[in-house]
Amino acid sequence: MNTSDIFNFLKPKNELEKQEDTSTVQNQPFIPNELWVKCPVCKKAVLSSDLNDNKKVCPNCSYHFRIAARQRLEITVDEGSFEEFDAEMTSTNIIDFPDYTRKLKNARLNSGENESVITGKARIGGCETVIAVMNSQFMMGSMGTVTGEKITRAFEYATKQELPVIVFTVSGGARMQEGILSLMQMAKTSGAVKRHSDAGLLYITVLTDPTTGGVTASFAMEGDIILSEPKALIGFAGPRVIEQTIRQKLPKDFQSAEFLLEKGFVDKVVPRSEMKETLTKLLILHGSIPEKEDKEEKEGDEQ
Amino acid sequence: MSAFDNVTAARANNRPTAIDYITRIFGDSFIELHGDRRFADDKAVIGGIAELNGKPVTVIALEKGRNLKERVDRNFGSAHPEGYRKALRLMKQAEKFHRPVLCFVDTSGAYCGIGAEERGQGQAIAENLMEMMTLKTPILSVFIGEGGSGGALALAVADEVWMLENAIYSVISPEGCASILWKDSTKTAEASECLKLTSKDLFKLGVIERIIREPKTVDSVVFESFKTLIGQTFEKLEASDTETLLNKRYNRFRKY
Ligand SMILES: [Zn+2]
Repeated sequence: MNTSDIFNFLKPKNELEKQEDTSTVQNQPFIPNELWVKCPVCKKAVLSSDLNDNKKVCPNCSYHFRIAARQRLEITVDEGSFEEFDAEMTSTNIIDFPDYTRKLKNARLNSGENESVITGKARIGGCETVIAVMNSQFMMGSMGTVTGEKITRAFEYATKQELPVIVFTVSGGARMQEGILSLMQMAKTSGAVKRHSDAGLLYITVLTDPTTGGVTASFAMEGDIILSEPKALIGFAGPRVIEQTIRQKLPKDFQSAEFLLEKGFVDKVVPRSEMKETLTKLLILHGSIPEKEDKEEKEGDEQ
Repeated sequence: MSAFDNVTAARANNRPTAIDYITRIFGDSFIELHGDRRFADDKAVIGGIAELNGKPVTVIALEKGRNLKERVDRNFGSAHPEGYRKALRLMKQAEKFHRPVLCFVDTSGAYCGIGAEERGQGQAIAENLMEMMTLKTPILSVFIGEGGSGGALALAVADEVWMLENAIYSVISPEGCASILWKDSTKTAEASECLKLTSKDLFKLGVIERIIREPKTVDSVVFESFKTLIGQTFEKLEASDTETLLNKRYNRFRKY
């Protein structure tokens, strides 16, 4: 045997060994135009259409920009498969909190959405699932009674229909403007998650930047499988609150997705480009049978 | 009395803490049990078994400490994840041995710090909320002082929640609220009003079942009637079958 043959049989490279692409994009002239977005990490200017085509991930340094809930749905679920639940449901100023009515109005205008979460039913890689996607553009994804209600209803529907649930979280926490009733949403959603879980059904959470406070301390951390996007900030208390409490600076990358992975609170850090594939695999591994996407073929099968 | 007077009263250093309630209600029958079996024993949470009218009951409490030394020792009643995990361990134990759970809540909130985050403060609270929702034994939570956000709720997913007259229960501290809302943490009085955190407000909102009147002095007669009330409530809750109990508990929180 030729000695060199021995070395032809190689252990497949694992994810840690995969080389980061270190090639840098050429220095583009900086044009202060809305078509260009400056990446907060590598400081390079990226054409905003390129950024959108790349699922809002910096093509240069892989920084994951925050992404609106609708766009998240678009890149996650099979085209045309999403059926929204409770789209019209919207918050009111239930405890008469100062300035809340105006804030809600602004949030609706800014986000184009009625609440901080979109819920519904969809197919991912042909697998039917209930899905909830939170929206950072709506009051930083804070959890009010309607947010909690929509998530609870989504879980109750999934339990009844024996479907898995996938929740993409992004949240600053409970919505202070709804007082104690926002805190109650933590218990309410947890109850619905527990019933879904006790029915033997799969719940996957995908933590995205940032996931903190009451959402972390409830349904975000209750998944059977907890995934996260790279570098997402995930914590119970926000970093500023911790720094004020302990009166010292926090180490770099504290509360990052990778930090939580190391500490054992996240199952897997998944880049946005691999999210749909990962979710599909997990759904299939838990008994989902992918429907063929071609509608005519499906109808043909049924005959 | 303004909402902020209430906040001040709920936080007052001379206010009875959980240990006072446990001692006066259960006397010598209380046996403290320690540790979460995973990391450590969190002194901000007291847990154990006691006797109530000849029957065992699991008692779990957030304890602030009665003097400066105790307060430091008990981290001012702000629990770490291991505190919530100890609480859950004792609740599961109560479920196994079919005894009810009585929680006393008194905390400004779950602790915010490096160790707390490293050991999963959010996960620990989340697990309690989920598990308490289907714990197959009655749970009664009594807010005796401060009820700070998720750190209080982690001991209050209960069949009934009561509050001492001057206790408070809030999603955020008035200071935190003021600094976010008006960038001014001194506007605590205004924030206290807005948050609807007094026992009267919460009773009106349907968040609690009962307000316990506070005596002007430490009066053992009051503790005696409080004890009677707890006993009667457990008797009432234990009379229903588990499925009914858990459905009621689910719907208690489902309605918000
Ligand atoms: Zn970049």
